[in-house]
Amino acid sequence: MNRPIYLDYAATTPVDPRVVGKMMPWLFDNFGNPASRSHAFGWAAEEAVELAREQVAALVGADPRSIVWTSGATESNNLAIKGAMQFHAGRGKHVVTVKTEHKSVLDTVRELERAGCDVTVLDVQENGLLDLEAFRAALRPDTVIASVMFVNNETGVIQDIAALGAICREKGVLFHVDGAQATGKVPFSLDELPVDMMSLSAHKTYGPKGIGALYVSRKPRVRIDAIIHGGGHERGMRSGTLATHQIIGMGEAYWLARDSMGSENERIRSLRDRLMNGLMTLDQVFVNGDLEQRVPHNLNLSFNFVEGESLLMGMKDVAVSSGSACTSASLEPSYVLRAMGRSDELAHSSIRFSIGRFTTQQEVDTVIEKVSAAVNKLRELSPLWDMHNEGIDLASVQWASH
Amino acid sequence: MAYSDKVLDHYDNPRNVGGYSNQDEDVGTGMVGAPACGDVMKLQIKVGADGIIEDAKFKTYGCGSAIASSSLVTEWVKGKTLDEALAIKNTEIAEELALPPVKIHCSILAEDAIKAAVADYRTKQTAANTAVEAA
Ligand SMILES: Cc1ncc(COP(=O)(O)O)c(C=O)c1O
Repeated sequence: MNRPIYLDYAATTPVDPRVVGKMMPWLFDNFGNPASRSHAFGWAAEEAVELAREQVAALVGADPRSIVWTSGATESNNLAIKGAMQFHAGRGKHVVTVKTEHKSVLDTVRELERAGCDVTVLDVQENGLLDLEAFRAALRPDTVIASVMFVNNETGVIQDIAALGAICREKGVLFHVDGAQATGKVPFSLDELPVDMMSLSAHKTYGPKGIGALYVSRKPRVRIDAIIHGGGHERGMRSGTLATHQIIGMGEAYWLARDSMGSENERIRSLRDRLMNGLMTLDQVFVNGDLEQRVPHNLNLSFNFVEGESLLMGMKDVAVSSGSACTSASLEPSYVLRAMGRSDELAHSSIRFSIGRFTTQQEVDTVIEKVSAAVNKLRELSPLWDMHNEGIDLASVQWASH
Repeated sequence: MAYSDKVLDHYDNPRNVGGYSNQDEDVGTGMVGAPACGDVMKLQIKVGADGIIEDAKFKTYGCGSAIASSSLVTEWVKGKTLDEALAIKNTEIAEELALPPVKIHCSILAEDAIKAAVADYRTKQTAANTAVEAA
């Protein structure tokens, strides 16, 4: 079978073959439990896990002792937010986050709300960026924690984490950052950023799925309750036998990212620009999200008057994501684009292209061809395209809702 | 999501794409759905003097199942009387295209489009007849 061209690196990445190579010996040959203190099997595993901790810490500029292994960014987000709210319950019950966050943050704060917490979910500006003054105004004396993502998974927009963190420090509010989409894409150092906790995931950065970490600052010392209890692993913050091979995979993946980030980002940026310039020759194509404050890997476009799911169908040989969630019964377009004030039409017409380590120029050129052909075909079919060409303002039409 | 072969066929080779002038008296136009919901169907029927639908055309903005549903009904209404066309049920459309539950709304929209096109045609005819009587 001819595999589709993969431009969905924001959903997940292939595990780099070099990472696979490092993981393999830790499944059969060296299978020990890193918590086994009484024999060499355990010692070897523990040593490898600690090396991986250093590798992960190196990419994000942190003390290795501040890295807590988890099953991924979803768990890290849960642990950071629930753990902080629980531990600091005496201080208040208010939590602040943003409408464009990943569901693992939004659903977590909704759950806290059901349990009696106060939740503020902030709007973003049209470019996807948070308004710093609106953020400052949302922090109250009883606010325990604010959670803002570093890089948005749908648009690639980069929030101003340094400025947001400074506001939190000033107001005495804990600052958690979902960094799942930032690692290997944005250079940063947690030693310098005013961030208390950061969620990390391996599989967005050429590591395996099902492994991640939570950075929990030691200076200043941040305290949270565990949400998973058991053997007291990870200094009590996350119990459960460590997944040695996964951890080693994450370590190696982050190590490679640290090495190649600079040159890789430049290569990816030139591919992204090529893709963008190729597709923007079509009429009525719009970029969603700020183009400057954005990782080069992401291109989120709305093809006006073409519905996203039908467009995906027309480019079967290209693996991308659509912001139109018409596949669910809800018929709701992307909540991220809606939060940015995009019209429903444009949100329904959006496609997220995400480029990565193994994308070639040839692939980009093929995608430009296929997408252009599909868009042209679907516009021929679209009554909205006709109306647009007749000069009818779609917003002025009385649509029968259904 | 996997699409049925019939949906794929209509998507790849949509039948009767196009339109007639809204002004034509023997044409009924139905436009249903809304861009905000992710689908808009425009169905036009051309009705002969004998009251039989001679031809039908469509344009659709929407997912593959919406395109297939409207393409299918242009085939189905041809050769039918208006009342026969009105008797087409969304369940038949859904069954023919093997639509999954989340796509049933596409077949409902196609049924609504037929109703709207017939209603538009009948309104035009009544208006024309009244105009003739008044003259
Ligand atoms: C921004 C963001 N946060 C969290 C997650 C969840 O990460 P994981 O799959 O490691 O649980 C993802 C990926 O789906 C993401 O893009």
